[in-house]
Amino acid sequence: MFSKAFAVFQKDFHSEIRTRYAINSLAMFIIVAISVILFAVGQEKISEALTGGLFWVVIFFTAMSGLARAFVSEEERGTSLTLQLTASPSIVFSGKLIFNVILVFCMNTVIALLYAALFESFIIQNFLLFFLSFVFGNIGLAISSTIIAAIIAKAGAKGTLYPVLSFPILLPLILSSVQLTLFALDGTTIEQAKFELAIVVSYDVVMLTVSYLLFDFIWKD
Amino acid sequence: MPWKIILFLLLSFVSIAGIAFPIVENPQTWYEFPNIPGLEENAKIIFFHVPTAWLSLIAFLMSTVFSFRYLKRKDLDDDAKAYSSAQLGMIFCILATVTGSVWAKFAWGAFWSWDPRQTSIFALLLIYGALFALRSSIESEEKRATLSAVYSLIAFVTVPFFIFIMPRIMKGLHPGSADDTNAGPVVNFNMNSSMLLIFFLSLIGFTILYFWMWKVSYKSIIYQDKLNKNLIRG
Amino acid sequence: MRNYSVSAIDLNMTFGRRLIFNGINFSFDEKGIYGISGPNGSGKSTLVKIMAGLLTPSKGKIIHKSSDKEIIPEKLHNYIGFVSPYLVLYEEFSAWENLIYYEKIRGILLDRDLVKELLKRFLLYNRRDDLIKTYSSGMKQRMKFVFALIHKPQLLILDEPTSNLDEEGKASAYDLIKAKAEKSIVVIASNEQTDLDLCSETLDLKNYKAVN
Repeated sequence: MFSKAFAVFQKDFHSEIRTRYAINSLAMFIIVAISVILFAVGQEKISEALTGGLFWVVIFFTAMSGLARAFVSEEERGTSLTLQLTASPSIVFSGKLIFNVILVFCMNTVIALLYAALFESFIIQNFLLFFLSFVFGNIGLAISSTIIAAIIAKAGAKGTLYPVLSFPILLPLILSSVQLTLFALDGTTIEQAKFELAIVVSYDVVMLTVSYLLFDFIWKD
Repeated sequence: MPWKIILFLLLSFVSIAGIAFPIVENPQTWYEFPNIPGLEENAKIIFFHVPTAWLSLIAFLMSTVFSFRYLKRKDLDDDAKAYSSAQLGMIFCILATVTGSVWAKFAWGAFWSWDPRQTSIFALLLIYGALFALRSSIESEEKRATLSAVYSLIAFVTVPFFIFIMPRIMKGLHPGSADDTNAGPVVNFNMNSSMLLIFFLSLIGFTILYFWMWKVSYKSIIYQDKLNKNLIRG
Repeated sequence: MRNYSVSAIDLNMTFGRRLIFNGINFSFDEKGIYGISGPNGSGKSTLVKIMAGLLTPSKGKIIHKSSDKEIIPEKLHNYIGFVSPYLVLYEEFSAWENLIYYEKIRGILLDRDLVKELLKRFLLYNRRDDLIKTYSSGMKQRMKFVFALIHKPQLLILDEPTSNLDEEGKASAYDLIKAKAEKSIVVIASNEQTDLDLCSETLDLKNYKAVN
């Protein structure tokens, strides 16, 4: 099961290396989004709370610009039928999910590093808490955006539809993650942030289960 | 037919009673409402605002139930039911948002202040909006039905998270919420029995109204659909 | 004990509220070539997609059995070879890379000699390392046959198999179909008389439109 899903990932990875479609647009998007924020802020010193929020604004829109690729590329080229003939739906979903998880981790690490370098008030006091919320937040982001990507790919991939559909689904995750980032910035202990962490972890579990249950309906047309 | 007349009388009574019954310091007769400190005349919105908010939730729930049923049975009638319920839910959701924020302008001093329930209804509006955006972008009927059913099920499971997160992130301002300093717990915040009676009559009346509107709405969708098919086939 | 069989019980398919076909029953056993014909829009492609497990019928059931045991839907794809005009291979990979990735995704080991033989038979062996996007439409069609056969399917489903093929391609496709039919089931959905002449039995979909 895992080796087959990994093969789907390998194929996507190889294809990404050849076409460099998602990587290029993601990288450019990160630069554009962060420089827009920097220009808007100017010489102003912005508060910790605002930095934490803006951090997730950039993450959300970057994810929306690149993560739909996983399914849209198959559907656009018509290769999804071939994939349906070679693998069961859960394997396809797992492969795409691995691809998106790795993509989200790369992109968010870059965003976090850029933030640490460019924003004075982005100083992490509780690193462990930041790390935990970063990991679980990324996984949740990847799961939800993968399943929504599958939906919009079948809906004909209208560009603006992706953020519109994803935002309500991602809202609970984003709200808790913003809160957790704030906690990590002002040095709250993990003990105090336990509730938000639990929310993010259970969001991941619930979304993963629902996605696997519903993916069959989306994938088979 | 008689139930439609009864419903008409019930809603007329609720509207008249809800607006016209006076609020006094010490209620003597059944048609007088008690004064709730901090709310005064503003309290009367409960008869109209709460039912619309309640119906937007019920409509969302029914829409999810029929989406689930569509995925199980693949019957387009179920999709018509889910869709028309979502349409009604959107209408009630807008009504609840508008009545609520007009009220909030007078009670809290601002139209919008990101109170947990304001945020939740905003999230619900977003979900409905996304659902209609998705539906309008798909041509083929079954694909539209399947994808919107899947989407509303996914959206449905995120709702509990809002309930848990909201109170932690923002302060509640609604009368009856945990942070509210003006009144006590939700239902018995100093309402007397006649006020409670009219409140529940209003809830019941609006709920029946919703189911009636829903039935008319989904039947018209189904008939229209079948009619179109017959016309095309000649 | 039968090697492989595929049977349909009272298949009924509606798209939305439109009936495509109704009350289809058949049983294809062991080996041989079976045809599906019908005018455009009669549901040939739909029926073969249902047969391949890509679509779920509105009513009725399709049962695949291998050695008299029913195959579960999640495993079905490894028993089936499918050629269709809608089939597209990854254009940014070469023919060989495509086949290797599909081998890994299927989770099986391919018989490399068979792959080479198939590539040679369809005159693609010399170009196996060229990207698919450089292929002509006839070569892509021939490549679909290779893709459909490398995992030794027990049921070969061909939807308009000879479209885009020249005389030589057609001849090698027919040879292959006949050879394949010695040991397994081949189903051809087509309107070409030459395709249907190969079949021992033909199901005409225009007989299944009746509304009951």
